[in-house]
Amino acid sequence: MVDHPAADSDEIRYSRQVLFEGIGKEGQQRLGVARVAIVGCGALGCFHATLLARAGVGRLRLIDRDFVEFSNLQRQILFDEEDARQILPKAGAAQQKLQRVNSRIRIDAEIEDLNSGNAHRLLSDVDLILDGSDNFEVRLLVNDFAVARNVPWIYGACVGSYGLTFTIIPGETPCLRCLFESAPPPGTMPTCDTAGVLGSIVSVISGLQTAEALKLLAGRREALNPGLQAVDVWEGRLQTVSLGPGSRRSDCPACGRREFEHLEGRVESNAVMLCGRDSVQVRPLSAGKVDLERLEKKLAPLGGVERNRYLLRARIEPYLITVFTDGRAIITGTRDEGVARSVYARYIGH
Amino acid sequence: MRLKINGAVRQFPGDLMLPALLEKLQLPAARVAVERNRTLVHRDKYSSVRLEDDDELEIVQLVGGG
Repeated sequence: MVDHPAADSDEIRYSRQVLFEGIGKEGQQRLGVARVAIVGCGALGCFHATLLARAGVGRLRLIDRDFVEFSNLQRQILFDEEDARQILPKAGAAQQKLQRVNSRIRIDAEIEDLNSGNAHRLLSDVDLILDGSDNFEVRLLVNDFAVARNVPWIYGACVGSYGLTFTIIPGETPCLRCLFESAPPPGTMPTCDTAGVLGSIVSVISGLQTAEALKLLAGRREALNPGLQAVDVWEGRLQTVSLGPGSRRSDCPACGRREFEHLEGRVESNAVMLCGRDSVQVRPLSAGKVDLERLEKKLAPLGGVERNRYLLRARIEPYLITVFTDGRAIITGTRDEGVARSVYARYIGH
Repeated sequence: MRLKINGAVRQFPGDLMLPALLEKLQLPAARVAVERNRTLVHRDKYSSVRLEDDDELEIVQLVGGG
């Protein structure tokens, strides 16, 4: 008599992936013990988390500061209307959905704003960092951490119908700062606010990133794409820029001179424009828990206030203010960081 | 001068430095990566790159969304 594996065994679950010669049995075992941090659980991050959870990566850490809105549903594949109505935190909603897809892996949700103060805690003990963030400041921070701690990371970004990705292996490939030394000045980049974004480019870029992740985690580094890949799904264009060893800059602030100013918090703003929305996030100058119930009482006379255990939302015309328990706030109704800081100071206070 | 830019051949009159080309293409130097004949050009060298006939360039724009 032949023993058949149980219908819900890992052997059956991952059978099609194990059949693929690039992964195989050994690769699958490696995936099962791998640990990945996904920075941002928006459009890109939803795809990263979905693909890696289904592929059987043993431990995923989803890091996102934001909550689900109706304008996300067009491209953020893990969320639904109910999540938006309940204004659920993205990392928590994604964790719950994916744990139903694969209960045999561990998924942790970190509802926090990644910054120099918590990067060591949130990014430690992982084999890989996947970039699903929406701003350059966080990417420079991730790059500093990855180079300082010798952890691979995979950059990915999209806007409109265009996106690009490249895989950074510290000590081998150029790092993000070899290519782009500093963040472009505010207002100089096309953003999801000004140019919009298609779900299809997000799926392409996140698909490329995830394939790179599987190669790395399954121990197939020789199969990694050398260089930077850019795709435009509207124009049907695929570009590759080969980043050979000569592309590393010996005077790169991060991987050359090993100066990690973003990780050390020497270059950090406390107000950041959010991609795709008429909003600015403000971080308080000092950390500390906010008593949302008390704040609700304080703001109730000024406008409509809603609260759940994660956040409080107040409509104080012309702004919508969303405050999280860690003191962060998202000020909707302005794109001006100064205005946002002042709204924060007026209604929440530092 | 004949240049191959992102796979397409284009003609430009006279000598051309890399920053002038980026300007003609309306690409801000601060947010592109440029590969010339399969070698990445470092940003601080842009102003000293004199383009030559039949150079092959790949120019990729940086974006920040996601």
